[in-house]
Amino acid sequence: MSSVTTASRPGRAGTPRAAPGTRPRGPDLGAWFLVLPALLPILVLSVGPLLYGIALAFTDAQSGRTQATRWVGTLNFQDLLHDTLFWESFRIGVVWAVGVTVPQFLLALGLALLLDQKLRFRRLARALAIVPWAMPEVVVGIMWRLVYNPDAGILNETLRNLGLGEGHDWLSGLATALPAVIVVGVWAGMPQTTVALLAGLQNTPRELHEAAALDGAGAWRRFRAVTWPALRPVALAITALNLIWNFNSFALVYVLTNGGPGGRTRLPMLFAYEEAFRYGQFGYAAAMGCVMVAAVSVLIALSLVRRLKGDQDR
Amino acid sequence: MSALRTSGPARAGQYLALLAYLVFLAFPFLWLLSTAFKPAPELASLHPTWIPENPTLDNFRQAFDEQPLLRAAANSLLAAVSAAVIAVAVATPLAYVTVRHRGRLAGAATGWVVISQAFPFVLVIIPLFLVLKNLHLINSVAGLVLVYVVWSLPFALWMLMGYARAVPAELEEAAAVDGAGRIRTLVSVTAPLLAPGIVATALFAFVTAWNEFFFALVLLKTPEKQTLPVVLTHFLGAEGVADLGPLAAAAFLATLPSLLVFGLLQRRITGGTLTGAVKS
Repeated sequence: MSSVTTASRPGRAGTPRAAPGTRPRGPDLGAWFLVLPALLPILVLSVGPLLYGIALAFTDAQSGRTQATRWVGTLNFQDLLHDTLFWESFRIGVVWAVGVTVPQFLLALGLALLLDQKLRFRRLARALAIVPWAMPEVVVGIMWRLVYNPDAGILNETLRNLGLGEGHDWLSGLATALPAVIVVGVWAGMPQTTVALLAGLQNTPRELHEAAALDGAGAWRRFRAVTWPALRPVALAITALNLIWNFNSFALVYVLTNGGPGGRTRLPMLFAYEEAFRYGQFGYAAAMGCVMVAAVSVLIALSLVRRLKGDQDR
Repeated sequence: MSALRTSGPARAGQYLALLAYLVFLAFPFLWLLSTAFKPAPELASLHPTWIPENPTLDNFRQAFDEQPLLRAAANSLLAAVSAAVIAVAVATPLAYVTVRHRGRLAGAATGWVVISQAFPFVLVIIPLFLVLKNLHLINSVAGLVLVYVVWSLPFALWMLMGYARAVPAELEEAAAVDGAGRIRTLVSVTAPLLAPGIVATALFAFVTAWNEFFFALVLLKTPEKQTLPVVLTHFLGAEGVADLGPLAAAAFLATLPSLLVFGLLQRRITGGTLTGAVKS
């Protein structure tokens, strides 16, 4: 911490400079002036709506209703408890989040380790690896619908050419729809995970690797002893975030299957969206949002606890 | 690991793995391109080919005829540019102050960034929908910009905090010793050092807003107001029976601006811009 920003506060030119660490803890007007433009919209458009949304979960708010909205206590949550369709979508959300995050992490880790090597075409590969990240999710969905298309798609044609059967309607099949969208999810999120892991790898001290190699450690031993310990914090953080993002995802599956067939890919967000904006059940949908936040908070708490523990260990 | 020797077979294996990854990453995109340039008869063929035999631009023409793509692109551009500029203008001072004055504010800012990642948008969009409706900002790009600014703030803040941390405090101290006030120091010392980071952050915010779908879907009702991602879904039709050629053509066009921006950012991204963001 530097004392200078405090010392150079406008209008305080004559004040003697405070020694480092003795800066008064009270509010600094100049700082608040700089912070306000961000704080205001955050409070009004983010924290406010969040609290309002939680409050709505305890009301019977509906769209286009003439009667006044009333408090109904925990009625929405009681209904939700017995809503088997919601819990089915919750289960699908968990399967989807884990099903995307785990393979994505393993593939991204492999790719990051590869791209960390001095390989030819490495630059090209890095540049290309970012393409899925840059694409709008809607376009990713459309693109994969073209790939999965039962007649005109390249996937079935490739399978036919390889003699692997007559192809399949992947996105409409009850058994194949969820795995098919999971593949797309893995594809779409891999670059971001790769870049995060690559950044983590580049912070690993090279000397350690070289020392380990001189000691005769093989590639796997070097990974276990040197690479992974350095990478672990980044890996845990990105995995927790990916689980959360994936659990809350919407656009990709909306475009690919819109939750079908027969609700097999209906993620919680798709369910809540329909409830709110097709059936106008704002209160009930808000209650769903609360349950989703609660589920995700558990994950955040767990990863924070791990992190704090990790800090203590050091 | 660069100094380590890798055996021939291992190296070949690495190249093979790299190739497999690239094929996996590239093939859907190449298929999108191929579909976009195929004439209708080839699209209807039961044995699709990778390379169009008679490449055509008809799909692009037809795409513009079927949906108001130009207007949608203009809406997207307006929303994304405004959101990026406002978000960065608002986040930069906050990031700067947070980094220089650690303590409660920094804790609160980081906490909010983390928590905001966990919001399921549905919990935020219902109240926003009600509020914007009362303000008559539903079905307006202005309302969408408001939402986008707040929505891109956490990441913008995160990135900018990384950049601000990299500005050496000693330079500011030197300026202060030379008698420059806080504003002078900010403008003539800190801002130029922060500028590349601000540009990168703005570009990121632009891409996120350009690509965003959920808020636009909920808030924009009439086709004249809708952004490109929403209009793209109209190509899918009610039963999901789509006109593949124009669909592919429009989808490809919608990706170009983001690809361009990411091309510009490429160095920073792979160079480890996110190191700061991820490491916290």
